[in-house]
Amino acid sequence: MHDPHVILKVISKFLVPFIALFAFYVQFHGDFGPGGGFQAGVILAAAVILYALIFGLDAAKKAFPPSWVRVGMSLGVLLYGGTGVLTWILGGDFLSYGVLAHDPAHGQHYGIIAVELGILCSVTNVMIAIFYAFGSRQPEVDEDNW
Amino acid sequence: MSFMSLFPQWIFEQGPAFLIVLPLLMGAIIAILPNRSMAWWFTFFVTLICTYTAFGLFQHIYFDSFLLYTMGGWAPPHGISLIVDGLSAPILLLISVMAMLTVIYALPASISEIEPKKRGPFYAAFLICFAGLMGMVITGDAFNVFVFLEVSSISTYALVAMGAARDRRSLAAAYNYLIMGSIGATFFVIGLGFLFMETGTLNMAEMSAILSDLDGGTRVSKVGYGFIVVGLGLKIAMFPLHTWLPRAYAYAPTKITIFLASTATKAAIYLLLRFTFTVFDPSFDYISIMLKYLIVGAAVVGMVFASFQAIFQSDVRRVLAYSSVAQVGYILLGIGIATSSGLAAGYLHLLNHAIIKGCLFISVGAFWYRFGITRVDDFSGLFKTMPLTMGAFTLGGLSLIGVPFTAGFVSKVKLILAAAEQEMWWAVLVIVFSSVLAIVYIGRIIMAAYFGSPPKINGSTFTKNEAPFMMLFPMWVLGLMSIAIGLNAFGIGDTFVSASEIAASVLLGGRG
Amino acid sequence: MLSLLLDQYNYAVVIILMMTGLYVVFASRNLIKKLVGLSIFQTSVFLLYITIGKVSGGQPPIVESHGSDHANSETLLFASIGEVDSVAQSSSEVLYSNPLPHVLILTAIVVGVATLAIGLSLVVRVREVYGTIEEDKIEEYDRIYYKEILERQ
Repeated sequence: MHDPHVILKVISKFLVPFIALFAFYVQFHGDFGPGGGFQAGVILAAAVILYALIFGLDAAKKAFPPSWVRVGMSLGVLLYGGTGVLTWILGGDFLSYGVLAHDPAHGQHYGIIAVELGILCSVTNVMIAIFYAFGSRQPEVDEDNW
Repeated sequence: MSFMSLFPQWIFEQGPAFLIVLPLLMGAIIAILPNRSMAWWFTFFVTLICTYTAFGLFQHIYFDSFLLYTMGGWAPPHGISLIVDGLSAPILLLISVMAMLTVIYALPASISEIEPKKRGPFYAAFLICFAGLMGMVITGDAFNVFVFLEVSSISTYALVAMGAARDRRSLAAAYNYLIMGSIGATFFVIGLGFLFMETGTLNMAEMSAILSDLDGGTRVSKVGYGFIVVGLGLKIAMFPLHTWLPRAYAYAPTKITIFLASTATKAAIYLLLRFTFTVFDPSFDYISIMLKYLIVGAAVVGMVFASFQAIFQSDVRRVLAYSSVAQVGYILLGIGIATSSGLAAGYLHLLNHAIIKGCLFISVGAFWYRFGITRVDDFSGLFKTMPLTMGAFTLGGLSLIGVPFTAGFVSKVKLILAAAEQEMWWAVLVIVFSSVLAIVYIGRIIMAAYFGSPPKINGSTFTKNEAPFMMLFPMWVLGLMSIAIGLNAFGIGDTFVSASEIAASVLLGGRG
Repeated sequence: MLSLLLDQYNYAVVIILMMTGLYVVFASRNLIKKLVGLSIFQTSVFLLYITIGKVSGGQPPIVESHGSDHANSETLLFASIGEVDSVAQSSSEVLYSNPLPHVLILTAIVVGVATLAIGLSLVVRVREVYGTIEEDKIEEYDRIYYKEILERQ
């Protein structure tokens, strides 16, 4: 079968895991270098969007269902807010991470990891949702019409 | 009278953060709720709880004058602090009460205006806008102001665009609002950058101390102040930066128009007050020049120009929108006369105008709900078909003009007295003149409604078709409130006046 | 004059970008071009903040104490909230660039992205409803459409 996009498909299949890995690297090294939740979220979303661009929106929607993406957006915000509410329950002010663990320095560490995870979840899903929203407005172009 | 015993101690300790966090998180939850009808109940309870908390904080301020909350346990100036004092507590209460009344109005209105699939996200975006507005008013950190300003603005752009189901011009109106609002917010952040360069801190109290040490600062803070005034002026709809407002108010969903008209510009005016009088000080020469010439000038021109434009509009929503620009001119005039009576008059008019405009826009929304009419010509005979709604509209209209024994009269008289104190007789003339213009554009609508005859539907003359209770309740609450302020029933008028005087003393005298 | 400009070339670039962005917003009638202008305008603000954050000769603002200086980092953390009277300084004085503007820029970038996303979705909707994204054509279509509705009544 003559597939006009062989090179693109092979290369992107090779690249997507590395992009995702880089996203997680950026996420967890936000303490020690440039990075953090927002940047990592955008890179992770870029991996998914690359997959969607090469293999088609339907394939991407099978891998990342839109309903999950919608839930994920709010889940990230709830994770961030939930960390704050947890600090309230444990007796401190809102988002005072010091009360999260046995001593304040570790508490700060856990708190920052939790909120950055929430940001990652939220930003990734928002970027993918924006792409789905824009991409599904018009029918996809057939292979013959490229 | 003290209601302090009604509130647990936790409200006073964690209340400021709770006011922002609750609507934000509930907005996130409502966006993913599977059952759409729960969305309204959740929203209603969130606004109810926020009103309760804001009332508790207001009581606390009455007796304790100042509340400082540190986010994350980090003390200022390293951390972000939330401040509730005599200036912000009434506005917090105002925003929560207006949000609650708007949500009550929204139950029938959103069924007719928003598609079922979009109702959940509609309420979620509304709650996020509400959280952003509360955050704007309550925060004590300058960059945090920008963050919450943009949170509320971006959700507003999306909410205004949701009127496209009703009137397709809302898309272009929302786009125009987006462009102008983003330019305004970016100007604000540029000004903030200059302030940060000058003072090295973002905490408003610290900035104020450093700037008064430097006695006004160098050219950097002057430029910074200029950018901040222009940026906030765009959000306030100060003339001539008001061009986004008429179209955005006219074509948005009716609930959003009510909420925006009562709260969004008021929160931005609060920020202008905060920056001009707390961070900067009117004793700096460039601040007093800016107040005397720019703000008063823009206010006066806006009052006259916008009132004239209101007379020539054919759509009621646009009449009221231009009237909002004119009323903002009144408030800015009071602020520009930077004496304690002027500031108190401007602040009182801020609170009164929110109530009046809320009442008017709710009635207009009820007219649209029942009859689908928005043009002044179609208003003929409405008194016979919707007497209660038209009654509330009349109350609001009379208060807008400033008829004696209404809220509008109280604040306009105070404004005239403040201007006369400073011997600004031309300002008194302008206030009276624009009130006369208000008689023209409101009178036109009221006369058509009372003395016209309703159009014949299907051959028969007319049937009484009143608005649903959920719409009547908020509009009559607001209408009666404006009369109560005017008549000083139950001491409500005195409470408002003393709240405005406390706010003026906070602005002029430093805190607590 | 030229030496002043070359000395403060970073601010000159900021001003050029700012004015370019504003001009594009005001002067273009195409909706997407306006959004592009808005992005350029916001980018100039990011540049402004970053240039004021850089201290010449400054290190990246990352405390290099994790593990050995654990007690040190803890006291550094809590000096800010007033729990420790004296801060145990590390042995050598290091010059750090100011980290605060970077945080501000990150926030502003996120805000810019969100604004752009909403703006673009509005443009998509406008295209679907009107069939065009030129501002003057949109106004013309609206005028014709609503005049027809008025005449029909």
